Amino acid sequence: MKPFDYVRASDAAEAHDTAGRIIAGGTNLIDLMKHQIETPSKLVDVTRLDMHEIAPSDDGLRIGALVSNSDLAAHDTVRRDYPVLSRALLSGATGQLRNKATTGGNLMQRTRCPYFYDTAQPCNKRQPGSGCPAMAGVNRILAVLGTSDQCIATHPSDMAVAMRALDARIEVARAGGGTETLPMDDFYVLPGDDPSVETVMQPGDLITAVHLPSAPTGHQTYRKVRDRSSYAFALVSVAAVVDTDGGKITEAALAFGGLAPRPWRDTDVEQVLLGETPSDALFDKAADVLLADAKGHGGNDFKIPLVRRTLKAVLADLTGVTR
Amino acid sequence: MTEHLKMDQVQPRLLDETEQGALHAPMPRPEGPLKVTGTATYAAEWKLDGMAEGFMVRAGITKGRFKVDASSVEDMPGFLGVYTDRMVRNSAQGTAGTNPVQPGDQVQYLGQPIAVAVADTFEQARDIALALKVEYTPDDDAHVVMDDSATYEDDDDALDQGDLDAAMADAAFSVDGMWTTKPHNSAAMEPHATLAQWDGDKLTVRSSLQMLNYNKHEIADSLGIDVKNVRVLSPYVGGGFGSKLGMSPECVAAAVAAKALGRPVRVVLHRNHVFETIVLRTETRQRVRLSCDAEGKLTGIGHENWQANLPDEGMAEPVDLATHLLYGGENRRYGQHVAMLNRPASGSVRAPGEAVGMLALENAMDELAEKVGIDPIELRVKNIPDRHPENGTPFSSHGLKACLEDGAERFGWSQRQAPKARREGEWYIGMGVASAARLNLLMESRARVTLNPDGTALVQTDMTDIGTGTYAILGQIAAEMLGIPAEKVTVELGDSDLPEGPGSGGSWGAASAGSAVFLGAKGIRKKLAERLGCGADELRLQDGVATGGNNRRPLAELMDGPISEEGHLEPGQTDDDFTQSGFGAHFAEVAVNAVTGEVRVRRMLAAMAAGRILNPKTAQSQVWGGQIWGIGTALTEGIEHDPRTGHVVNNDLAEYHVPVNLDVGDLDVMFIDERDDQANPMQVKGIGELGLSGAGAAITNAIYNACGVRVRDYPATPDRIFPHLD
Amino acid sequence: MQITLTVNGEDRALDVDPRVTLLDALREHLNLTGSKKGCDHGQCGACTILLNGRRINACLSLAVMHDGDEITTIEGLGQPGNLSPLQAAFVQNDGYQCGYCTPGQIMSAKGMLAELDMGWPSNVSADLTDIPDLTRTEIRERMSGNLCRCSAYPGICQAIEDAATEEGMTKREAAE
Repeated sequence: MKPFDYVRASDAAEAHDTAGRIIAGGTNLIDLMKHQIETPSKLVDVTRLDMHEIAPSDDGLRIGALVSNSDLAAHDTVRRDYPVLSRALLSGATGQLRNKATTGGNLMQRTRCPYFYDTAQPCNKRQPGSGCPAMAGVNRILAVLGTSDQCIATHPSDMAVAMRALDARIEVARAGGGTETLPMDDFYVLPGDDPSVETVMQPGDLITAVHLPSAPTGHQTYRKVRDRSSYAFALVSVAAVVDTDGGKITEAALAFGGLAPRPWRDTDVEQVLLGETPSDALFDKAADVLLADAKGHGGNDFKIPLVRRTLKAVLADLTGVTR
Repeated sequence: MTEHLKMDQVQPRLLDETEQGALHAPMPRPEGPLKVTGTATYAAEWKLDGMAEGFMVRAGITKGRFKVDASSVEDMPGFLGVYTDRMVRNSAQGTAGTNPVQPGDQVQYLGQPIAVAVADTFEQARDIALALKVEYTPDDDAHVVMDDSATYEDDDDALDQGDLDAAMADAAFSVDGMWTTKPHNSAAMEPHATLAQWDGDKLTVRSSLQMLNYNKHEIADSLGIDVKNVRVLSPYVGGGFGSKLGMSPECVAAAVAAKALGRPVRVVLHRNHVFETIVLRTETRQRVRLSCDAEGKLTGIGHENWQANLPDEGMAEPVDLATHLLYGGENRRYGQHVAMLNRPASGSVRAPGEAVGMLALENAMDELAEKVGIDPIELRVKNIPDRHPENGTPFSSHGLKACLEDGAERFGWSQRQAPKARREGEWYIGMGVASAARLNLLMESRARVTLNPDGTALVQTDMTDIGTGTYAILGQIAAEMLGIPAEKVTVELGDSDLPEGPGSGGSWGAASAGSAVFLGAKGIRKKLAERLGCGADELRLQDGVATGGNNRRPLAELMDGPISEEGHLEPGQTDDDFTQSGFGAHFAEVAVNAVTGEVRVRRMLAAMAAGRILNPKTAQSQVWGGQIWGIGTALTEGIEHDPRTGHVVNNDLAEYHVPVNLDVGDLDVMFIDERDDQANPMQVKGIGELGLSGAGAAITNAIYNACGVRVRDYPATPDRIFPHLD
Repeated sequence: MQITLTVNGEDRALDVDPRVTLLDALREHLNLTGSKKGCDHGQCGACTILLNGRRINACLSLAVMHDGDEITTIEGLGQPGNLSPLQAAFVQNDGYQCGYCTPGQIMSAKGMLAELDMGWPSNVSADLTDIPDLTRTEIRERMSGNLCRCSAYPGICQAIEDAATEEGMTKREAAE
C-alpha cells in the first residue's frame, strides 16, 4: 500500500475530488491497494455522507449508494418484491464482507482475474498494451462473452447481475455538476482496446444511488454455480425474471454472471422466448442466441455448455416445464 | 534419572490397569480457554523492544539470476535495510535437520524468496519490498510442465514382484487406469512467522514450527552457527499439516536482518508467499492396475506415479505407501518418476502418499468390484492379506475388516442402490466406501515428568501442539500414570531447550511423545513403589493416594520433594518384525446436481482402528479434520500452475478452495476398540492422517453411485462432472 | 492521524499511518492480538470483529475510517476463568484445534446470531420473506466466511447451537 492522503468527506462537494479515489466499504479497494494494483495518492472516504437509505421512489425503489449489501439483502421490500436481488446478494461473499460492502462499491469492484492480481505479470487492464497472459494461461474463471483480444476478465459481482435483470439504473453525480441516471449497459464499458477503462466514471464522479423500477411481474430467481457451496465467485450465474400467461411467456428478463466483463444481458435471448410456449426446445433456442458469439479460451470452454444447462433449468423452473 | 525403553518387545498394558480415569476420557483441551479468548500467543504476537518489521521480496522470473538495488529504496520512510544473505530457496523438508538449498543469486522458480526488506513499521516494509528494484538475467531453459520433455528422476529400486503383465492378461477382471491429482497447499490458518532476537551469539527464534528438534538444526545450519546457540519457541502453532515441519524462509531472513541491525526483527509471510515458498504437495499422475480371478481375489496390483519437484529436494510423495500393504495379490509393480521442474518445491502435506495415492487405488477397487459384480466391501474384505504381501511380516494388529463391516452397519450401507437409481428432485444421491490405511511410525522421544508432593505434576518436552491435542493427551497420560486429576498436570511444550520430543508430523506424536511421558511417569511410579515398600506392579495410584502391599499413603507423605524423571523412548525390534498400520473405512453419501454437476457431501462416517484412543474428543476432531480434508481433496482443492512460468496462479485463499462450513455435511466417527501391543508401551497408533487416507475416494465412489460418472481427475469440480451427465 | 476508537467499551486514542488497517491497529498498536491475521485480504475470516455491533473483516478496513466507532474484539467477550457462553461452548465441543481461527469464529458467531435475531435471511433460507430458524444448515452457511483448516466445523456448529440460548438467541422451534 503506497502512502496516500486520507480525507473524510463531510458533504457531497468534498466527495467530488478529482484528485481523489472514493472509498466506502473498502473490501475490494483495500485488497488491491495492499497488492499495489491500485495506488491512489488520495482516498476520499464517503462513508459519512447521507446515502444509506432505501426508499420508495416514483416508479420503484431508490437504493442509496452506501447501503450495505447486508441491509439491501435483508430489506423487506427487496425480499418481497425483488427476491432475485436479495438472493444474488446473499449468494455473494460472506456475512462479514456483506456487512461492509456497499451498493456503489459492489458495482465498482474489479475482476478476480489471477493475472490482474499478479503484478509480476503483464496485464492490459493494469498496464494497457503490456499483454494478456490469461488468454493462453489459466483462464478457467474468465469470460466467454463480450471479451476483446486485449482482455477476457469477468466482472465478479452477483448483485449487479440481478440488478441488470431488473433494469436498474445507476445514479451518478458528476464531478462537474449534474446527475445522470444511467442504464447499466451505458455504465459499464466493454474492454475493447483499453481494458483499463471499465465504466464511464470519471475522476471525482460519485455513485449516489441505484434505481430499481417497479417490481416486475412473474417469478424471479438467481442461480449461481460455483466450485464450493459458499464463499466462492460464480463460475456462471443466471438472474431471471419470467412470467407466463395462458401457457405463453409474457415476461423474460435474463442476466448472466461469470460470463463477461460486465453483468451480461442480451435482449435477443429474451425475444426468442416472449410470446412462445415454454419448452425444452425453445430454451435451447434461447441459449443458442445467448451463446452465438461465445468464445472459450481452453480452460473456460466448459462455461458455454454449463450456462446453457443452467439457463434451461432456470427457465424450466420458472415456467413450470417438467424436466 | 532416565527411564529408557527400546521397543524391542511387547510391553504390559499398564494403562488398562491404572485407575485414575484421566485417560480415555473426552477431556476438553486445557489450553482451550486461552484459545477462545485470544490470549494464546502465536509467533507473530510477541512484542520486543525495538522490534523492526520485515517483508519478503519474491522473484519475478522463473529462472535466472537476480541482483537487488537497495539504493532504489533506501530513501523510503522507515528504511532499515534489504538483506539477501543466506536466503533459503524454500522451506526445509520435514526431518531434514539441515539447511534447505541456499541458491545465492540464482532464481529457480517464480515467487522464490530473494530478499527481505526491513523497516520500522509493517506498512513501510511492505512498500519497500514492493518498490525494490531487482535486476534479472533470465535463463531460457526453465521447465515448468510435467510433460514428456521434462527430466525425470526415477526410483530405480521400485518393486517389481512376479509378473503383473501376465496377471493382467490372465485376469478374469481387471482395471487399468490413469488418475491425476493437482497440487495441494497445507493452507494452515496461521501464516508462517518469525521473530528473531540475538543476544551476543545466542539466537532466539519465536516461530511457528512443528518439529523444534529438527528446526533448530535447520536454522543453525542455514546461518552457519552452532546449534547450541539457537533456541526456538513455538508454544502455539496455528496449524501445520506439514507446512511447518521444516524451517521456513522467513526464519533465516529475520535472523540475518536482526543480526545486521542489532535489533529484533519480525517477518510474517504474506499469504501469497505461503503458497509460493512453503512446500506444497506435488501434482500426481498415477497408473493403477488391478487384476483378479472370477471371484474377485486379486492376482496383481500395479501403482506407478509421476510427480514433480525442484532439484535437490530429496523428497518424493510416497504415493504407493498404502498400496504395498493394503491388499493381497502376488504380482505387484511400482514405479516413481519425479520431474525436475522450476516450480515451488514439493514436500509433505497432511498424509503424504495416502492422501492422493488412496484416491486412485480405492477408486480402482470400486471399479473392479463393479466388474466382478460384488459389493465393494466384500471385494476389500476378500483381499485383506494375512501378512504383508511383499515382505511377509505379520501385522501388529489389523482392524480393516471390522471397520468395513461395523461401519457398513452403522452407516446403513445396505440401503445403497444401483448407480443413478436414487434421485431427489434435481439431485442424484449415492453412497461410496473406501478403505483407509496409514503406516504407523514411532520416533525417538524424550520428556521430563516431575511430580510434586502437593499432587501436581509438570510435563516438559520440546514437542509441539499444532492443534493435535498434545497439551491434552500428554497431561492425561501423566495424570493417569501418576494417579492425579488431569487438571493438576501442567504441560510445557514448544521450547527447544526442553527434552527432545519427536515433533509433530507423520501421525507419530501421540505415540512417541506420549510414550516418553508414559516412561517418565513410570520411572516416578518405581520410586513411589520403593518408598511404599511394594513392587512396581503392585502399585496403585489414584487421586493422590498410593496403595501397594498393605500400605496406603497420600503422595505428600511419601515425598519429601519433587520427583523428576526423564522418559526416553526408542523404536526397536517390533518395528522391524511387524507391519504396523492404522486401518479404517470411510463411507460417504453425496448429492450430485443433475444440471450443474455440483456435488454436496450429505454425510460421512469414518470407522477407525488406531489402537488405544487416548482422548475420544481430540481424536474425533482429528478424524473430522481428515474427513473434511477428504472433501477438499475430492471436490475443491487444486493448485494451478501457469503453463509458461510455473507460477502458482491461485496463490490465495479466495481461489484455492479449502472447504467452508457449508461444504461439510453430517460427520460421524466411530473407533474400533483396539490395542496394538507391538506399536509402543501405550498400544496407541496415529490417527491424524489415517482420517484422510481414502476419505476422498469414498466421496468420488459415491459420486459414481449417485450419477454414474467416474472421476479420475481431481478435484471433481462441476466442470468435470456435468459434461458426462444427460 | 489522530483517531479514537471505542474498543470493548473503552476509548482508545491512536496516532496511525493512514495505511494501518483496523486489524493492525488492534494487534500492533493496542496489543489486542486476539483478532488474527490469516490472509490479510478478506479471504479467511480470522480477523472478524464487531464494528458498531456488526461482524466485519478488520483486515479490509482502514483504522482512520473508524474514528469514533465502537469495536468489539474477542478480548471484550470473556477472559480465561470468565468465559462467555459462546467461548465456553467452543471449549466444551472442541470447536477448534489449533485455535488460530477461533477468535474470528466466535466473533462471527456472535454477529451471526444477532443477524438471525434480526430475521435476516441467508442463501439457504427457503423462503426469503420468512423469519429464518437457527438450523444446522443456516449456521453452516452463515459461518462459511470463517475458514477452519483444522476442520473443526462440526464442533463449531455444535458450540453455536449450544450457546445460542445463553447468548439470548432462542430457537424458534423450541419457543413455539
